[in-house]
Amino acid sequence: MQWETVIGLEVHVQLATRSKIFSGASTAFGAEPNTQACAVDLGLPGVLPVLNEQAVAMAVQFGLAIHAEIPEVSVFDRKNYFYPDLPKGYQTSQMYHPIVGPGEVEITLEDGSTRTIRVHHAHLEEDAGKSLHESFSDGMGHAMTGIDLNRAGTPLLEIVSEPDMRSAKEAAAYLKAIHSIVTYLGISDGNMAEGSMRCDVNVSVRPRGQETFGTRAEIKNVNSFRFVERAIEFEVERQIELIEDGGEVVQETRLYDPERDETRSMRTKEEANDYRYFPCPDLLPVVLDGAYVDHLRETLPELPADKRARFQDGLGLSAYDAGVLSASREMAEYFEAVKDACGDAKQAANWVQGELSGALNREGLAIGDSPVSARQLGELITRVMDDTINGKAAKQVFQALWNGQGESADAVIEAKGLKQVTDTAAIEAMIDQVIADSPAQVAQYRDAEPDKRGKMIGYFVGQVMKASRGTANPQQVNALLKEKLDALC
Amino acid sequence: MALEHADVLRAAHLARLGLTDDEAAHYQADLGRILEMVDRLQALDTEGVAPLAHPLDTTQRLRADEVTESDQRDRFQRSAPAVEQGLYLVPRVVE
Repeated sequence: MQWETVIGLEVHVQLATRSKIFSGASTAFGAEPNTQACAVDLGLPGVLPVLNEQAVAMAVQFGLAIHAEIPEVSVFDRKNYFYPDLPKGYQTSQMYHPIVGPGEVEITLEDGSTRTIRVHHAHLEEDAGKSLHESFSDGMGHAMTGIDLNRAGTPLLEIVSEPDMRSAKEAAAYLKAIHSIVTYLGISDGNMAEGSMRCDVNVSVRPRGQETFGTRAEIKNVNSFRFVERAIEFEVERQIELIEDGGEVVQETRLYDPERDETRSMRTKEEANDYRYFPCPDLLPVVLDGAYVDHLRETLPELPADKRARFQDGLGLSAYDAGVLSASREMAEYFEAVKDACGDAKQAANWVQGELSGALNREGLAIGDSPVSARQLGELITRVMDDTINGKAAKQVFQALWNGQGESADAVIEAKGLKQVTDTAAIEAMIDQVIADSPAQVAQYRDAEPDKRGKMIGYFVGQVMKASRGTANPQQVNALLKEKLDALC
Repeated sequence: MALEHADVLRAAHLARLGLTDDEAAHYQADLGRILEMVDRLQALDTEGVAPLAHPLDTTQRLRADEVTESDQRDRFQRSAPAVEQGLYLVPRVVE
């Protein structure tokens, strides 16, 4: 039987505010345990939450970026459950009137094609604390769990997609698109390793052609692009095997274990979750006036999809190049600075994607950490384009700039004497010397069939380039050599 | 809507309240009267009336995104039954 996979994602994005969503405690990462958990975050009696304006603005910016409806009124609700990292006994969230209504996200697949994934809504909520299940115990030897509430109250934007994805690759592309939007907007650092972006995946399978959805399993807390893909691939296979063996998928929560590359059922709870949502009496309805939303709309930066389209249609880059260079704001800004410095988008794209990306990958560096600045690279490309240096020398200049051996391409060219020799007389002198020093090769060349000579000329080109320490203009060397050698035949 | 004894016990369990049978019976009657009131409200014609999210007819004030709280961990942890390395300790929640 042919199976179709149906995937929906719930992405939790930590918003990059300085303070928490309902309190003035800091959200800085990596502080000593519980030093950033104030009375409001701890849920001590008598405290009241006050909503952070920046969290609201960031949520609305995201909504505008995905062309979503922004309702005038949104309401906070309490989601009630007991867990030690949730000291109040409820999470303040938005169930019935979220801040961002239906929108859509464009995803780009590996072949460069695009698809639109609908977003059901996005809502604001607070994060919980962290449980550390290490070796703590009470005086009687009972195992204890340590609770750090620094994260409690950190603002989260939960982005809920429609079940529109049909493969693990589409799900990963969607997650990347969300990552790219939130980092472009600067509303999150998008650091998945530190948990700034986390993802719950809903997966089901159905026979191809069937209208109704199969029973879904929810995979919790998948925290990398690669794991999303692998978790889905494993889960799809598990569900298909289960059904083909006559079994049934049960609706449950599963965990992905990256080390064993499998999903496992979490302990089934004795009863279904009953969160008893109700409007939070401590918070009033949030009303956004049109002028406020319009103001936020005007301050939106150019977004990844628009940038990709401009790179492709306006600058004439390939779909692939446009996609890679617009994937992150840092990459796009670097590329555009190189392009502005050298004035040629295609050359800039080739260098950023070739030499520079290769070097960054080798050293495991991000574009923001590049030792070669965009201005330096742009100047280097300019010197290739105006024939000051040839391609071979350009690589040496790049390496020197990378190693910090020079402030600018011009300084390196000067210091290393890499300026291309285009003076015909100088090149001819070198050629004459090489011919005089290579009687055996000259004899072979002369005795060869004319159609074989093209290949044999390579030896002489190499010798002349060597004599010029790589600085001779290769086209001129080729042409002059051919002329002189053929004159000897 | 009639409230069963089991409904009261379930609501109590969700709220992590331990009720004796006598208390449960008491709440069954009490909550039952509240639900009768809700039934009367449900019977009203609310066509065209916007649902009310909060009894106060005003909207949420927002605060500027500034860090205004300082570290008071030591004070807060004085009332905690068990702390270690700055963490609050609770009975183990996973196997």
